[in-house]
Amino acid sequence: MKPYELTIAQAVKKMAAGEFTAVELTESCLGRIEKIDKKLQAFITVDREGALSQAIAADKKRSAGKAGALCGIPLSIKDLLCTKGVKTTCGSKILENYIPPYDATVVDRIRKEGGVILGKVAMDEFAMGSTSETCAFGVPQNPVKSGYVTGGSSGGSAASVASLECLGSLGSDTGGSIRQPASLCGVVGMKPTYGRVSRFGLTAFASSLDQVGPLSRSVTDCATLMNVISAYDKKDSTSVRKATPDFTSSLKKGLDGVRVGIPLEYFKQGLDPEVEHVVQNSIEVLRSGGAELVDISLPHTEYCVASYYLIASSEASSNLARYDGVIYGYRDQQADSLLDMYKQTRSQGFGAEVKRRILIGTYALSSGYYDAYYKKASQVRTLILGDYKKAYEKCDILISPVTPTPAWKMGENSDDPLAMYLSDILTISANLAGVPGLSVPGGFTGTGLPVGIQVQGDHFGEEKLIQAAYHLEQELNLELPPLDI
Amino acid sequence: MNITKKEVEHVANLARLTLSDEDLDVMTGQLDTILSYVDKLGELDTGKVEPTTHVFSVTNAFREDRVTESLSREESLANAPQQNGESFQVPKII
Repeated sequence: MKPYELTIAQAVKKMAAGEFTAVELTESCLGRIEKIDKKLQAFITVDREGALSQAIAADKKRSAGKAGALCGIPLSIKDLLCTKGVKTTCGSKILENYIPPYDATVVDRIRKEGGVILGKVAMDEFAMGSTSETCAFGVPQNPVKSGYVTGGSSGGSAASVASLECLGSLGSDTGGSIRQPASLCGVVGMKPTYGRVSRFGLTAFASSLDQVGPLSRSVTDCATLMNVISAYDKKDSTSVRKATPDFTSSLKKGLDGVRVGIPLEYFKQGLDPEVEHVVQNSIEVLRSGGAELVDISLPHTEYCVASYYLIASSEASSNLARYDGVIYGYRDQQADSLLDMYKQTRSQGFGAEVKRRILIGTYALSSGYYDAYYKKASQVRTLILGDYKKAYEKCDILISPVTPTPAWKMGENSDDPLAMYLSDILTISANLAGVPGLSVPGGFTGTGLPVGIQVQGDHFGEEKLIQAAYHLEQELNLELPPLDI
Repeated sequence: MNITKKEVEHVANLARLTLSDEDLDVMTGQLDTILSYVDKLGELDTGKVEPTTHVFSVTNAFREDRVTESLSREESLANAPQQNGESFQVPKII
């Protein structure tokens, strides 16, 4: 087994036993990236020098007996989390040359535990998309099936983890952007409770929905990364003052007495039969493992897409007003008036999907339409949150598909924004309600495409998600999918 | 029609975007489709429902008004498209 093939837990053990060093492990990942990334296009920036010097520092710390939880572990970071001195593009031409002067809090926490940051990975422009195809710097491929989408927006994160370029990654999830690519590429991905993880240094898309979370090749690694990134941060006034549990202690708790809700609305028409088959199989595994199954209704599910796209676009239109060509980022140098400079800079710097969402959001917030669109959507958000609160009186977690279909071919849906938005129907309610959600591999379709299982829980209920996902992972005991790269 | 070309042009101006004639046509069609879809929310009676703008009812997060370390001028200006070593430069306003 090559070092890059290991999980975080395995690599930590082997490095502690002296089987190889952090430098060797990092070189093994860098070699893998060099070999496959030209075609895969998961990385926007590879920071070879930075990674090697972090690995050297990690080895020194280990010899001094000061190894942190991620000492010497090579990771990738979605290109919207600020990394001091390393380009952070958000997949957009408007930030093509932006080099942040500071680290995001989560990046800082990874560094403090000895993590090695290999580089920055591809994503839909400003995280707006479901396939990573709106990335301005190369579109990543699904490592399991070439020519198929990785999902998005954290497509580079999922592809880099699934293709064994790195041992784990940080992504962000505003409407499913961690869970959906994790599902389509066959890895584990978690969106924590809103407020559990700091958003400081995360480039804002929709501030009331965005949340940073891990992608990994095992549930154990997911728990380890959650331990590192979760904490109150005084730099993020929406982060919640709540003690972080040791998520790894939930792994082996089993399922006795756990009430598993099955949200009926998530199994309605439009669900691919192969996806449904994989999910039903996982439900059976949970049942035979001692879980009690409960039928649940989330009656407002069919309204989540409409509510979400109004709220997310409204917040985005406000957040992206900062890209004006003055303080950082691209500027049109031809314009001779300030107004013209703003307009030309933004029109040339943003791609079509970003412009579309800015326009929807500006319209929804504009005078005369605010009540009909933004306010209405926010009221429906209350109803969606209410659905969850009622559900969690009867169950501890919800189990469902992550997406209605497995990965699709690149280029499909790209001319039909609404069809693309509708593919997010099973993941966006969790963001509107701020509850945690996780995707764990559940099986494969007949043609070998990965299918993930979504586990959702109540606010700050991540431990139960990890508990159930670990049980599924152990019982299903799936092989990693053969790679097509 | 939920939205006309003229309205899209107006909104684009508010958002400081310029659209070519072709883009304006495509965008108007797409926004119209999306806005027709979101009309679905009208099926719900939300007369007595409070809006949720934030999941947790957090109030202002105050901190001490104390000077702490911040970026140097050099670091602050490093990413500027145009600057003169002391400040950001923009096209003439007046």
